[in-house]
Amino acid sequence: MDLVGQLQPAMLRVARMYVSTTAVAEEVVQDAWLGVLRGLHSFEGRSSLRTWIFRILTNIAKTRGQREGRSLPFASLAGDDLDAPAVDPSRFDSPEGSSRGRWSTLPDDWTGIPEERLLGHETLEVIGEAIAGLPPMQAEVIRLRDAFGWTSEEVRNALDLTETNQRVLLHRARAKVRAALERYLSSEAT
Amino acid sequence: MGRDLTCKELVELITGYLEGTLRGRRLRRFESHLAACDGCTRYLAQMEMTMRATGTLTEEQVTDEQRSVLLAAFRDWKAS
Repeated sequence: MDLVGQLQPAMLRVARMYVSTTAVAEEVVQDAWLGVLRGLHSFEGRSSLRTWIFRILTNIAKTRGQREGRSLPFASLAGDDLDAPAVDPSRFDSPEGSSRGRWSTLPDDWTGIPEERLLGHETLEVIGEAIAGLPPMQAEVIRLRDAFGWTSEEVRNALDLTETNQRVLLHRARAKVRAALERYLSSEAT
Repeated sequence: MGRDLTCKELVELITGYLEGTLRGRRLRRFESHLAACDGCTRYLAQMEMTMRATGTLTEEQVTDEQRSVLLAAFRDWKAS
């Protein structure tokens, strides 16, 4: 039951990306579990079990979404800000100066932040909120990679992403979470 | 091509660096910039701390409410 408890919320979120309502997403997850139960004897262990479960889920969710007539351009899931800079450009010297592209003010040194503050409830809430505010695919990639510790290969397979797409999504997601944390930590210091 | 990386460029390569997909000459340029730059060293440390903090968000966020969906799936499976 443990694997189920771990995977279920993520499965629902992923299913919901492709179909129109939460109710349909729940059906998709249910169908996916049925597919898992039926197919378990043929699972060959070439991928991790959780990756295999997500592949079944993603296939069912996509088919269901197509049947619903939902056409989803990649950008609607991935976000339209994938090319945006990781750090506010005003943080760097302007292109005119001789030191162009250098930090105009250095990022804060976080190494002195006590563990209980960095990993404290409030900090984690800030991170949770930042993730919740990301476009769905960015949010799912950072959850699976950084919160749940999946490998890049697992995430690519589970969510059917290319290596580059996975990396770009993770890059945007991490950049925004770091920026949210920076805003929180610097406002708290003053 | 021999041009040094700027800080602004380095922050965009950081995920490739952490993912291990930055290789060869690009990796060397990244590392030589980092070795000489306090700002980018701090930025990398911030990113690693962000990842570590994110890694402690676990089961708390994971709610139990959806287990009912699974139980329904098991029921249907048994019935079929």
